[in-house]
Amino acid sequence: MVGKPLVSIISAGMSKFGKIDGMYGRELFAEAAKEAYERCPNLNPKKNIKALFIGMMGESFEHQGHTGPTVADWAGLLPISAYRTESACSSSATALRCGMFAVLSGMADVVMVGGVEKMTHRATADVTEILATASDFPFEQWNGATFPGLFAIVATAHMHKYGTKEEQMAMVAVKNHHHGAMNLKAHMQKEITLEQAMASRVVAWPLKLYDCSLITDGASCLILTKPNLAKKFTDTPVHIIGSGQASDTIGLYERNDFTSLKAGKLAAQEAYKMADITPDKVDVAEVHDCFTIAEIIAYEDLGFCKPGKGGPFIENGDSQIGGKVAVNTSGGLKAKGHPVGATGTAQAYEIYEQLTEHGERRQVKGAEIGLTHNIGGLGATGVVHIFRRD
Amino acid sequence: MAQAIPFTIESFYKFVGEGKLMAAKCNKCGYVSLPPKPMCPKCLTKDLSWVELKNRGKLLSYTVIHVSPAQFQSICPYILGIMKLEDGPNLIGMVRGIETSKINIGMSLTVDFDKSLPSQWPSWPRYFFKP
Repeated sequence: MVGKPLVSIISAGMSKFGKIDGMYGRELFAEAAKEAYERCPNLNPKKNIKALFIGMMGESFEHQGHTGPTVADWAGLLPISAYRTESACSSSATALRCGMFAVLSGMADVVMVGGVEKMTHRATADVTEILATASDFPFEQWNGATFPGLFAIVATAHMHKYGTKEEQMAMVAVKNHHHGAMNLKAHMQKEITLEQAMASRVVAWPLKLYDCSLITDGASCLILTKPNLAKKFTDTPVHIIGSGQASDTIGLYERNDFTSLKAGKLAAQEAYKMADITPDKVDVAEVHDCFTIAEIIAYEDLGFCKPGKGGPFIENGDSQIGGKVAVNTSGGLKAKGHPVGATGTAQAYEIYEQLTEHGERRQVKGAEIGLTHNIGGLGATGVVHIFRRD
Repeated sequence: MAQAIPFTIESFYKFVGEGKLMAAKCNKCGYVSLPPKPMCPKCLTKDLSWVELKNRGKLLSYTVIHVSPAQFQSICPYILGIMKLEDGPNLIGMVRGIETSKINIGMSLTVDFDKSLPSQWPSWPRYFFKP
């Protein structure tokens, strides 16, 4: 089998994603941690877990910083060391990498990594403004840029260069809602039609409401250990065999090409090389569909199809369950929801479910290799992980 | 003496207030950085000079924003575009003075300046694009 295990996932947890009234972020994280503990009876969390890495984007959402010790306490893990990572929408994928650094360095045998964000209690205008801090302030925000607006500039460029159609973007939304309807933890568990998606109101042309991911509350976590210790804790570990991360300019406008997110592409190349696999080996992938155009670009940047062919890739059904590679079986950011700090490890949670045959109605039969692709902001951070079953 | 002015975003906007589009040019490798950065990101030198860029270029891509942050709601919908300046660097800004149906990628634009200063931080004048 391909790919030497770098670290092994021995358990995973995720809160329900959605509009979770009356629960703070730390309480949502406790819910995710509890699931991870219960699924791994051989683990003694207080004794075994030596460090916690938590991704969270915005202190402004809950007027709460210093997330590391806060969630460590609510997860019952005091007094272990706790670290918060922030890279906008990829904050917890970055936490996962930091957890890998800790295990691979030998500093800790078992660590918890995860992410959390509590967003829905704030007015949409406030959420938009807090999220916009992940884009450049002095040139982009200052001139009225929003996140949908910047991704819309990307979409316009892709349409102009490759002939990508608004209908093809809408098809991404229809597919991901179809998948999300089979995920009991998804925020939106309902099908939508192409007509509904196309008729939804314009947010930033050419992007419409149904091209945008959801404002969601949620938390997710993984427990990692060294591959040679994994079987002490579980019979069905999932191994991480490749990991890559790269950075790009904070301003979209500074780049030469708006039709690809270079940091995501470089992260993928690094991860594929480490895992010693080619893109066609991937059975199931969770990719960053913060906006539908981002999923189309992800197909291209991950090498699932050639540059410019992302539109036909969705149109041909190549990315649905049963297609060439099942993309966003969880419903993606579009339907499962996008609590920004929790998204990276929630993507890994779905891959863990798929590779341990817990995918229920959305299970990809015989899935051996999984991939996560998480983008921070407008692609200033790109993180890719590759997983395989034991 | 222009060289005594620090290579910062604050300086860039001071120049905008004078109706000038200024960038930092590396005296070693020739790379022009916009926004100006205090160290050349290509060759890591601090041997830089200010250069004034021509205010002409072409539209690379754009969007029409319908849902905006609170402070831009009164002018919604508005066009946000990225243009490639004739002198090389790209710049992002609002495109004013054109109907949304008339805009297209590749069209020629010029940069103009609105020198009035907002009262709150950051007190920067604005540049914008027009046909």
